[in-house]
Amino acid sequence: MSYLAATHMTCGYGGANIIEDCSITVERGEVAVVVGPNGAGKSTAMKAIFGMLNLTEGSVLLDGQDITHLPPQDRVPKGMAMVPQNRNVFVLMTVQENLEMGAFIREDNIAPTMEQVYELFPVLYEKRYQLAGELSGGQRQQVAVGRALMTQPKLLMLDEPTAGVSPIVMDDLFDRIIEVARTGIAILMVEQNARQALEIADQGFVLVQGQNRFTDTGEALLANAEVRRSFLGG
Amino acid sequence: MTSRGALYFAIMAVVLIGTGIFQSWNVAFGILMMCMISAIMALGVNIQWGYGGLLNFGVMGFTALGGLTAMLVSYPPVPEAWAAGGSGIMLSLLLLLATVAAVMVARRKVPAQYKTLTTVVLIIAGFFLIRVFYLPAVDRIEAVNPGETGFLGGLGLPIIISWVLGGLVAAGAAWLIGKVALGLRADYLAIATLGIAEIIIAILKYEDWLTRGVKNVTGLPRPAPPQTEVMLAHWFVSINDFFGMDETRAAIALALKVIYVVLFLIVLVTIFWFSERALKSPWGRMMRAIRDNRDAAAAMGKNVTHRHLQVFVLGCAVVGVAGAMLTTLDGQLTPTTYIPLRYTFLIWVMVILGGSGNNWGAVLGGFIIWFVWVQSEPFGHWFMANVTMAMSEDNWLRNHLISGAVYMRYVLMGLILLTVLRFAPSGLIPERSKHSS
Amino acid sequence: MDILNAFAMFANFVLIPATAYGAQLALGALGVTLIFGILRFANFAHGELMSFGAMATILATWGLQGMGVSIHPLPTALLALPVGILAAITVALLSDRFVYRFYRHNRASPITFAMASIGLMFLLAGLIRFIIGPQHQHFADGERFLISAFEFRELTGLSQGIAIRQTQVITFVVALVVMAALFWFLQKTKSGKAMRAYSDNEDLSLLSGINPDRVVMIAWMITAALAATAATLYGLDKVYQPFIFLQMLLPIFAATILGGIGQPVGAILGAFVVAYSEVMVTYAFRQVVGLLGPADWVPDSMLQLMSTNYKFAVSFIILVVVLLVRPTGIIRGKVIER
Repeated sequence: MSYLAATHMTCGYGGANIIEDCSITVERGEVAVVVGPNGAGKSTAMKAIFGMLNLTEGSVLLDGQDITHLPPQDRVPKGMAMVPQNRNVFVLMTVQENLEMGAFIREDNIAPTMEQVYELFPVLYEKRYQLAGELSGGQRQQVAVGRALMTQPKLLMLDEPTAGVSPIVMDDLFDRIIEVARTGIAILMVEQNARQALEIADQGFVLVQGQNRFTDTGEALLANAEVRRSFLGG
Repeated sequence: MTSRGALYFAIMAVVLIGTGIFQSWNVAFGILMMCMISAIMALGVNIQWGYGGLLNFGVMGFTALGGLTAMLVSYPPVPEAWAAGGSGIMLSLLLLLATVAAVMVARRKVPAQYKTLTTVVLIIAGFFLIRVFYLPAVDRIEAVNPGETGFLGGLGLPIIISWVLGGLVAAGAAWLIGKVALGLRADYLAIATLGIAEIIIAILKYEDWLTRGVKNVTGLPRPAPPQTEVMLAHWFVSINDFFGMDETRAAIALALKVIYVVLFLIVLVTIFWFSERALKSPWGRMMRAIRDNRDAAAAMGKNVTHRHLQVFVLGCAVVGVAGAMLTTLDGQLTPTTYIPLRYTFLIWVMVILGGSGNNWGAVLGGFIIWFVWVQSEPFGHWFMANVTMAMSEDNWLRNHLISGAVYMRYVLMGLILLTVLRFAPSGLIPERSKHSS
Repeated sequence: MDILNAFAMFANFVLIPATAYGAQLALGALGVTLIFGILRFANFAHGELMSFGAMATILATWGLQGMGVSIHPLPTALLALPVGILAAITVALLSDRFVYRFYRHNRASPITFAMASIGLMFLLAGLIRFIIGPQHQHFADGERFLISAFEFRELTGLSQGIAIRQTQVITFVVALVVMAALFWFLQKTKSGKAMRAYSDNEDLSLLSGINPDRVVMIAWMITAALAATAATLYGLDKVYQPFIFLQMLLPIFAATILGGIGQPVGAILGAFVVAYSEVMVTYAFRQVVGLLGPADWVPDSMLQLMSTNYKFAVSFIILVVVLLVRPTGIIRGKVIER
């Protein structure tokens, strides 16, 4: 049984289904990547998994527990964390306060986790008293990931974490994400930069028109001629 | 109008007739007239809110402008005051216009980096220049027989002209205000218009040379002959001899009210007819499209700000007409009576209750809310008097409850508004094509 | 000496009253800005919430006076203020439970919220007038002056006196303490930070597990406490009368928008800007200027920009200018869509 098993999901807005019979699974300590063309329903699938959209069919199991009908804020204590694509930091709060807010539900000592985040993203330590809104795009993404890590999640979901950052920053960010996965956290990521994302993916899901088209290891998908031709630009 | 809507109107008619039979016809007609004025005001707000989605919390200001126009049109001029300060006031007005023109020219011609500076300098210069002529003129005017006049007076024309002019004045003010305030997000527009209305009222209250301020202007000429005049007429005296004094007097009083009712009805029907025509026209459809999805309409090339200005001006004009009618009915201009709860927010309760976007609804809301507003006072008294029956006459609680009963009408209005918003947000007569359009 | 006299006069008629008024406005504007930031709507019932709190304080003051309780030389109302605060909190929480919560859970538009607040405004306005009546109430029973104009003149030998009313000092001290407490709460406590987070980015705060109902509840409690305090101080300093509070909405909204929506520091700055402008624009500087020059150079003019009647208009003009020139306010608040 996979750590996260979202199976046969169907949902959409106002009657029209955006995703249909879509299944996504993630293992502990692995990176799963969802790719596909624009409008394939990648972000919708993420929202559905996090409970921000109600499923009309299908189910979401986390560690074997059915959480299909749980509202988003109740999924956080269960070990899920999400980094949305846009507006993913508290711009009027300092970096440190952003991290504190990430740990809002925790009652224990959060200092060690914060230290870990600062180790992972040293630049955040330097800028810990600055407002998150004053940081560069790449640094903001680090704050966003750091905030999500503060809940000590077992599943970290990232919605296009590299949108709008430079290629160097992107590579750096991907390195950090692999580091996070090595600590045993399951990672589910939606990516526009399909090739680079599949390179670090243990498992890849290619969505087209809301349905699974290809599902395989990242390596296999990169090797697949049809995937290369249709989705990776040759 | 649906059959359900027709039923509501039928009930309203029965209730008004019941008031005539059980209370008095005088009261019933009095309520009916105010119902019609309220309905016109509600129509005006409905044009802005229901058609265009504009939140105008400055209804009171435009009502007052209509009222001011009624006074200025009908009151005879005060020649002594004109002689004393008329020229000064006129010169001040010209200077004001000149300042505005200078600012507008400057904003077009002056290079960008000096724009703000020039504007500020021009406004300050204009302000002080105007004061040189304005203040002494005001002092002289207000010194002219302050007990009786102390203001410039009006034009001495038939007051009924002001029903049109009041609308035009309100429309002009709305155009100026709309130029500045429209384009703000809905709730900011509400705050801005609330403030503008307060300023208009402040001007009416404190510019004595124009309105006599808190000393009020009373005795405005009426569109129908006043009762006393009728009673002295020859034909009246002869009828009087025939039927007996009391009955005839009552009949005449009623007949005069009927004249008002007919006049008001003509205005109401005209405005209603035009509103309905506008709503059903391509213009109306476009307005609703803008209201429902402003961005999409803008993307389709509709000039949203311009359209908003149109509905804002039209709606305010209608409110201005109602304001002029109100002052005509009262026969006096009393600036202190304009308070936002009564002249702004009560109208909003009417529109929300009736059904925003639906003209029939606005009229129905105007009728119902005015009826309830007026009748809740005697009802409150009666209710409290009964509740406290067991207490002695001089019990403080009893007296307190009875004297406070009148304020329960505010509570009632609040409850009505909250209930409608929560349980029937589209009102008694909902907008028809809400989903099909 | 004349410069000192001119300053004394200026302080007496402009600086001190405007500071007290600014402090009262600031407490009101803080509440409006909190609700604007957390619930994202303009609360038109805020004036009535203030009024309700002050009314409860007055009733409690009468009760205490009836029992012979006194904290002379301080006004009894200070002792009664907790009652007013509790009353205002009760009203705020009840209105949230029975009115706003429904719209919040349905994610209704800010306009719907604003309209509902109009309903509450009617309701509260009616209740207040029913309970205490529409007439004005004086309830300041403490020592009137901390230092009277006469004492000041005796003390300093100046010809112009500065009278400092006790209520002005109380206003300032209480406002200062309350503001300090509020900022400590917002900056240092977990709940305070959660409130800022929620105001900053609602969706992300939900993703962090912040409970929106709790944040909203705390926001209402703080707002109501500030409102009751502000209105009581205003009533002590001037007079309590129900109709004033709908008018006070304008300067309060002006201060809120001027300071930047959802920005507590901005609300305070905005409140003082509004208060000083209102008083200075409508103050006749004739005598102050007269003291600055030789004995007979006093100008004929009153040196008054606008008649005092237009006090509220000043705050409104500030509001319009801000909306046009810098809609985000002094401190960048939430952007106003145009």
